[in-house]
Amino acid sequence: MGLFLFGFIINKGDFRFYPFMNLSELNIGQTAKIHGFTDQLVSVKLMEMGCVPGEVVKLVKIAPFGDPISISVSGYELSLRKKEAATVLVI
Amino acid sequence: MEIDFKIALIGNPNTGKSTLFNDLTGLNQKTGNFPGVTVDKKLGYHITETGKVLQIIDLPGIYSLYPRAGDDTISYQVLCDRGHPDHPERVIVVVDASNLKRNLLLFTQVADLNIPVVLALNMMDIVRRNGIELDIENLSKELGVPVVPINARGNEGLEELVLAIEKTDLAGKKIHIPEMENLAEDMISEIKNEFQLESSYSALLLAHQYSLIKSLTQEENTRIKAIRDRYNFDSVRIQTQETILRYRFISKILDHTLRRLTEPKLVSQSEKIDRILTHKIWGLVIFLFVLFLVFQSIFTLAQYPMDLIDHGFGLLGDFIRNHMPDNALTHLLVDGVLAGLRGVAIFLPQILILFAFIAFLEDTGYMARVSFMMDRLMRKVGLNGKSVVPLISGVACAVPAIMATRTIENTKDRLITILVTPLMSCSARLPVYTLLISLFVPKGYLFGLLDYRGLCLLGMYLIGFFAAIGASSVLKMVLKTNVNSFFILELPIYRWPKGSDVLLTLIQKGKTFLFEAGKVIVAVSIILWVLASYGPGNRFQEIEKKYNNPEFTRGMNSTEASLKKKTELLENSYAGQMGHLLEPVIRPLGYDWKIGIALIASFAAREVFVGTMSTLYSVEGDKDNQSSIRQKMQEARNTETGKPIFSMAVAFSLMLFYAFAMQCTSTLAVVKRETKSWSWPIFQFGYMTGLAYLFSFVIYQILK
Repeated sequence: MGLFLFGFIINKGDFRFYPFMNLSELNIGQTAKIHGFTDQLVSVKLMEMGCVPGEVVKLVKIAPFGDPISISVSGYELSLRKKEAATVLVI
Repeated sequence: MEIDFKIALIGNPNTGKSTLFNDLTGLNQKTGNFPGVTVDKKLGYHITETGKVLQIIDLPGIYSLYPRAGDDTISYQVLCDRGHPDHPERVIVVVDASNLKRNLLLFTQVADLNIPVVLALNMMDIVRRNGIELDIENLSKELGVPVVPINARGNEGLEELVLAIEKTDLAGKKIHIPEMENLAEDMISEIKNEFQLESSYSALLLAHQYSLIKSLTQEENTRIKAIRDRYNFDSVRIQTQETILRYRFISKILDHTLRRLTEPKLVSQSEKIDRILTHKIWGLVIFLFVLFLVFQSIFTLAQYPMDLIDHGFGLLGDFIRNHMPDNALTHLLVDGVLAGLRGVAIFLPQILILFAFIAFLEDTGYMARVSFMMDRLMRKVGLNGKSVVPLISGVACAVPAIMATRTIENTKDRLITILVTPLMSCSARLPVYTLLISLFVPKGYLFGLLDYRGLCLLGMYLIGFFAAIGASSVLKMVLKTNVNSFFILELPIYRWPKGSDVLLTLIQKGKTFLFEAGKVIVAVSIILWVLASYGPGNRFQEIEKKYNNPEFTRGMNSTEASLKKKTELLENSYAGQMGHLLEPVIRPLGYDWKIGIALIASFAAREVFVGTMSTLYSVEGDKDNQSSIRQKMQEARNTETGKPIFSMAVAFSLMLFYAFAMQCTSTLAVVKRETKSWSWPIFQFGYMTGLAYLFSFVIYQILK
C-alpha cells in the first residue's frame, strides 16, 4: 500500500496524500483492486453491488458520450457514473 | 381455493426470477395492487403432484434488504413485516449461479429472517459453459438450506424445486457469521425483547428501517426511535460493516464449493457484442435504427388490427341500434359506452406492439445498454439514462410510459420524467394530426421521395420530443432537491428472451391498460354523451317541436332536416353551451364554439376530436370517413364573415394545441397514482395547457 505512484486524492478538508488513484482514472482494459471509498452513501450502494474492498475490478468500456463507465466486478458488469467512480479508491 | 403454502419468490434483478414464476404458474396468474402503493402485485398458483396448492408471489427484484427505489420497498415490507397480508410462509431465493458472489448477499440476509428458505440456482447452463463446477451438496451444507439447481428457461429442475419447498423447514443448520453478533448487539437484544422477535437480524433491520414497516403503531415507532437514539445507532456505518462481513463469509464458502475447470475468457461474449452495440458511432446508429424499427411497426403493423377493431365496433353499434328500441338507453349504450370502449380498444394493437418490443429489448439486456449510452445526454436536461424507456413508450401512450418510470430510483429524476412524458406525441394525437394535415398540406413528394404530409407529421413528433426535453431542462432548474442523482446499473449478459415470458408480459400489460385507462375513458365518454344529449330548460323540446312542424321543414329533404336538427340540438346541449362559454377564451386562437366542443370532448381522449368534428359538421354515414369530414370542414364558413373557419392558421394552431395540451384524463389519473398527490397532476395540467395556449396563440396570430 505504500506505493506513491498513481496520484492522490484530496478529501474535503483533508489534505493528506493518498497513494491511490480512483476508479474513474483507469484506462479501458486496466484492472485494479478496490481499497476504499471517499463517500459513505455511494459506498453503501456500491458495496451491495459487490464492490467490496479487496475485490478486483476492470474497466470494460466507456459510454459513447464519455460517461458513464462500465466495470467488471465479481463476475458481472456494472455501470456507474464517473462522479460515483471517483469516490472509489483503487490500487 | 384452499392454499397450503404462501411462497415468495425473491432475487436480484436479471436472475430469471420472473421466468421461474411464469414456469411455475403459467396462465394461473393474476396481477393486482398492493394496498396503498402502486407496485403491481404478481400472484400465481401452482398445484403440486400431491395436490397441494402453492400460492406464489413474485416480488420485485432487489439487491439487498435495504431498499433503494419505490418497487424495492415492497419486497422488503412483504419479507420483513410479519403483519403484512402477503408475508410468506416460505421463500425461494432465486440466484444467477454464474454470478453467485453478489447474488448470495441477498440470500444470506433473507436466510437470517427465520423464514424457511430454499435456494434456487438458476442459469446453470451458463455456469457449465463458463467452465465452472459447483459443489451443490457442500453448498447446501454450508448454507444450511436446500439448494436446487434449475434452468428456468429450459424448464429444468422445477419438480425438484417444488419438492424442496414443500419439505423445507427451519431445522437445518443456520448460517452463522460470528462477527455479526458484535454489530450493535446491546441495541439488538433490547429490540428483540421489546418486540418479541426471534431473529436478531429482523431486530437490526427494524432499527434501520422501522419507518417502512406499516404494521407498527405510532407508539412502537417512537419506542424504536428512542432505543436507536439511546445507543447512538449509526445506520450507514452498521450497514457497511454488515455488507463487508457477509461478503467475507460468502467468499469463504465459495472458496471451497466453486471450482474453475477452465481459465475464464479474457473477454466475455457480451463484452464482444457490446463492442458494436455500445460503440461510439455504431452503438448510436444501431440505437436510432432500433427506434426507427419500433416506430415503423407501431404505425404500419398496428394499422390492420386497428381497422379491424374499428370496423367491429361499427358493426356492433349498428347491430344494437337496429335491434333495440330507439330510446335514451340505446343511445347511451352506443354513443356513450360503446364509443368509450372503442376509444380504449383501438389503441391496444399499438400498445401491445410497443410493449412486445420493450419486453424483448429489456429481456435481451439491450435496454440497460440504452440507459448506459444515453445517461450523459439525458442528465444534461435533468433526466436520467433510465428515462429513455418511458420517453420512447410515450409515443404509444403516456399511461404505461408513466408506469414505466418506476425503475428510476432518484425521486427528482423520476418526477421530471413523469411530468414531461405526456409531451411526447402519443398515438391518440395521431388521428387529429392526420385529419388536420390532410386539410392543408398537399399530397406530393419532396425530391420525389419524402411525402410532404409524412414530413409534416414527423415535424409534429419532433415538436413533442423537443418540448419534453425543453420542459425537463426548465424543471431541472426549478425543482430543488438535496438528493444526489445516482446511476448504478447492472449490465446483464445478453440472452435470447423466452417467448412465453414476452407473451405473458403482454397479456398482463394489456390487461392493466384496458382496465386502468378503460375505466376513466368510459366514464368520461358517458359524461360527455350526457352533456351532448341534454340541454338546459326546455330548449330540446322546442327544437323538436319546431322540426315536427311541417311548415318549417318544407323544402328540405328528410336527411337534410334531421342533420340540421341534430346540429341545432348539439348547439343547445350542455356541451354546446360550454362551447359557447369557452368561445371568448379560444377566439384569439382562431377557434369557434364548435371547435370548443371538440376541445372539451377531447379531454376524454384526444382522438374523440375526429368523431366530434364529424358530428358537428353533420357528416352522413361512416363516422371515420375522413375525406367527407375534410370536405365539410373545408366548406365550413363563418356565418358572420363568410370566410372559411378552417384556415391554415387555425389548422396549425389546433395542431400545436393538441401537441402541448394535457387533454388526457387517464394520464392525469395515473400521474396522481404514481406521485401520490393531486398537486403534480394539477401542475402538469396547468403548465401543459398554458404552453398549448401560448403556442397556438402565437402561431395563429402570425399566420392569420
